Amino acid sequence: MFALVDGNNFYVSCERVFEPRLEGRPVVVLSNNDGCVVARSQEVKALGVRMGTPWFRLRDLARRHGIVARSSNYALYGDMSARMMAVLGRFSPEQEVYSIDECFLGMDGVPGGERAECGRRIRAQARQWLGLPVCVGFGATRTLAKLANFVAKKRPAFGGVCDLAALPPAELDALLDGIDVGEVWGVGYRGAPRLKALGIGSARALRDADPKWLRRAFSVTLERTAAELNGTPCIGPEEAPARQQIMSSRAFGAYVHDLAGLEEAVAAYVGRAAEKLRRQGSLAGAVQVHIRTNPFKEDHPQHQAGLVVPLAEPTDDTRLLARAALAGLRRLYKPGHAYQKAGVMLMDLSDARRAQAALFDADRGNPVLMRAMDRINACWGRGTLRLAAEGVDQRWRMRRAMMSPCYTTRWAELPRVS
Amino acid sequence: MIPIPFFSAQRLSRPLLLSRVPAGFPSPADDYVEGSLDLNEHLVAHREATFFLRVQGHSMSGAGISDGDLLVVDRALEAGHGDIVVAVVDGELTVKRLWRRGARVRLVAENPAYAPIELKDGQELAVWGVVTAIVRRVR
Repeated sequence: MFALVDGNNFYVSCERVFEPRLEGRPVVVLSNNDGCVVARSQEVKALGVRMGTPWFRLRDLARRHGIVARSSNYALYGDMSARMMAVLGRFSPEQEVYSIDECFLGMDGVPGGERAECGRRIRAQARQWLGLPVCVGFGATRTLAKLANFVAKKRPAFGGVCDLAALPPAELDALLDGIDVGEVWGVGYRGAPRLKALGIGSARALRDADPKWLRRAFSVTLERTAAELNGTPCIGPEEAPARQQIMSSRAFGAYVHDLAGLEEAVAAYVGRAAEKLRRQGSLAGAVQVHIRTNPFKEDHPQHQAGLVVPLAEPTDDTRLLARAALAGLRRLYKPGHAYQKAGVMLMDLSDARRAQAALFDADRGNPVLMRAMDRINACWGRGTLRLAAEGVDQRWRMRRAMMSPCYTTRWAELPRVS
Repeated sequence: MIPIPFFSAQRLSRPLLLSRVPAGFPSPADDYVEGSLDLNEHLVAHREATFFLRVQGHSMSGAGISDGDLLVVDRALEAGHGDIVVAVVDGELTVKRLWRRGARVRLVAENPAYAPIELKDGQELAVWGVVTAIVRRVR
């Protein structure tokens, strides 16, 4: 049995914790360089604003409805995420952080009759301790937990907690009937049109489809998804379908005390995550790294921390990603602790093909030179060779004109209270 | 599954060496000293729920809270009558003393120049967190 806990409109909610006047107002958070919308408050969703809308196209609507925009403040979101994961991690000995704002919790130890109450406690504690609204979904598999979370979030009648395993079969059927197949974890809006063309329009239809036919007509992956909808776990933490974030994290076989050991682990996780990144043709705009001790060893000194390192430019280069992650790790590490787990998360993903098109548009120069440059950079790290005009420190390129203070990570920027 | 109390506190128990040791005489107790004292342990009871806020203005001068002070604010605690709290009033964060008598709730400044804020019927008290310590550098 799994729970999926997910922060509602996480970036926006983080901003609201320290700026309560934003409560109830339409708020968006923009990507690196204030390009496009990466998070929307409920009020903005109600206005029909889609994810990824360029900010300049929203200016008119923003003026009319008083939409407030914030540049993405990764320091803040990363810190709030680490706090939230630490709070949630105490509800189960098995926690898989899936993205910056969601995690799976193993729930085998909680009796069925107490799950809903457990879900309400999780919500209450995240709200009180951190000021963050979360929704909780329970299901026999990760796919079902994810779907339950979707229901908890979209149907107010559930009060933010949905336990699919507790529903009578007829009610479950009716509920799954009303859920678009595109909402099923791993199907998404890419897989949905073909399924619908073949008559599989709802989560229930996918669940009840013939598994052999699914495998023949689509893939083993989809067959597994259908099995998961039937309550048979067959998607492990490693096969989790990727989305806007790629996560790689694992508990160590033995406690790790020294920085060198952690560096090794983090570098390896970056390698794995970067492979996934390239396989799906994406670039990452930021890397989050996190480490933690074992929260159940109460006699050990405890340390749990995470940090987001933004990249000057999106990349899929393992070494650049590793350099960022290791820089973050060195800032997090505290000697004298028995670390049990480390992980990295590649965030703010964008399409690699579009980024490359922009690169070649900008420079219609010599392709031979470019290839040579790529090869040299491939050996010595990207950025070893580059145009002098690009400057040495490109941080100025990041436009973050509407960024909130780093409330929780910089002494000079603490929230003010009068 | 290990049952977890709702508000499980994070506390570290460490042996402390509090006795004075005469110079030049090695104490056998030194073997039990595990590290230096960490102010975080002293000031922060619930790490994830604790935030630092900077005071602006003089409304709480009577409680020893001055402009520029750093407040340690614990959101894990339930606010009670007499606590110094950070509350949300008109969308802004404000630090005041919580005053409670039955259904009547006030946020009281500790400075005669500031009037208390009385919550009207139906108006819900929005406590952001409970102030547990004041930190001030003197140079």
